[in-house]
Amino acid sequence: MLRPIPDTTIFDLRLARRGQRLNRLCASLCKPENREAFKRDEDAYMARYGLSEAEKALIRRRDFQGLIEAGTNIYFLLKIGSVTGTGLYKMGAQMRGESYEQFLASRNIRGAT
Amino acid sequence: MGRIVGGIGLSHVPSVGPVVDRGRTQEPAWKPLFDAYVPVREWLAELKPDVAIVVYNDHGADFTFDKYPTFALGVAERYAIGDEGFGTRPLPQVQGDIELSTHLAEALVYEHEFDLTLCQELAVEHGFLVPMNLCFPHRESGWPVRAIPLQVNVIQHPLPTARRCYRLGNAIREAVSAYPGDARVVVMGTGGMSHQLQGKRFGFMNEKFDQWFLDQLERDPEKLAGITHQEIMEQAGAEAVELIMWLTMRGALAPDARRVHRHYYAPMTTGMGLITFQG
Repeated sequence: MLRPIPDTTIFDLRLARRGQRLNRLCASLCKPENREAFKRDEDAYMARYGLSEAEKALIRRRDFQGLIEAGTNIYFLLKIGSVTGTGLYKMGAQMRGESYEQFLASRNIRGAT
Repeated sequence: MGRIVGGIGLSHVPSVGPVVDRGRTQEPAWKPLFDAYVPVREWLAELKPDVAIVVYNDHGADFTFDKYPTFALGVAERYAIGDEGFGTRPLPQVQGDIELSTHLAEALVYEHEFDLTLCQELAVEHGFLVPMNLCFPHRESGWPVRAIPLQVNVIQHPLPTARRCYRLGNAIREAVSAYPGDARVVVMGTGGMSHQLQGKRFGFMNEKFDQWFLDQLERDPEKLAGITHQEIMEQAGAEAVELIMWLTMRGALAPDARRVHRHYYAPMTTGMGLITFQG
């Protein structure tokens, strides 16, 4: 059995169950027409996937750590990043509670993006 | 007769894809990574493999949690390029090897008792394509080797244990040796090394752990196979658990296989490792 690790979310079956609707929405964004539909009307798109109000609010707020804790798998979350113009490193900076510049300054070779 | 001529452990960092597609490989921040593969490609040109078995994980391009297999083997004539949410990369389809795939499926299920999910339709994405980009540059007409995807669940716990992954490699070695056709095979174990992509610990890397892992992989893989997911995630970040796939590669090579190349570069958020073994 896995034990908790500080500042870390472990995507196990319990969390996957909780995030199933969110992950289904994310997976749908692998089709270009769905990405367009999301960008056109985010609320209508979220309604299609039966998200709870709390889940919708997390997407509206672009609360990426909140989405992780609600059961979105990180690799699925990246697809929301893609349609909202938020790359991985910007998401990461937000999760660390830093500005993008602060995050980049913490890297060994910041040009490797 | 089939023969495993080489093994490669390497990271499959997604940002490498666009760097290849946009011709940015010689930029100062990327050059150290791409330079490390020049001797690897020369070595591969001498080994002349016919087929690469690529042990990788999908990142939500073609597998979802509705149904998520622990081990999934491609048994198709060709594999499409997947769209993982960022558009489809301009790459040729990947030519499979249906004869070897079918043999592997039968040998692994019947002889070695690995209960695989078998995929007749499978689109591949960065987990598979970045290692191919680094080791087997494509032309417009296609890739220089046939390839067989072997997808492993390394993202939704419970994952297969490191030892199970190593044993799968052992079984692949025996299965390839028993192949009646002619095939020179390279096995690639992909993913890792240290990285974490969520939480306050986003961006965590541990070079000391990564170098230790490379040492152990080289010298005592049987012992390394005893490592737990907990240990990997604590020491190297939650997403570093992908490293169990390197043990499948290592298990497919002889325990005393000679290490040929080794490299490490950790510019942004992932320890990018590279290690090769002569079959």
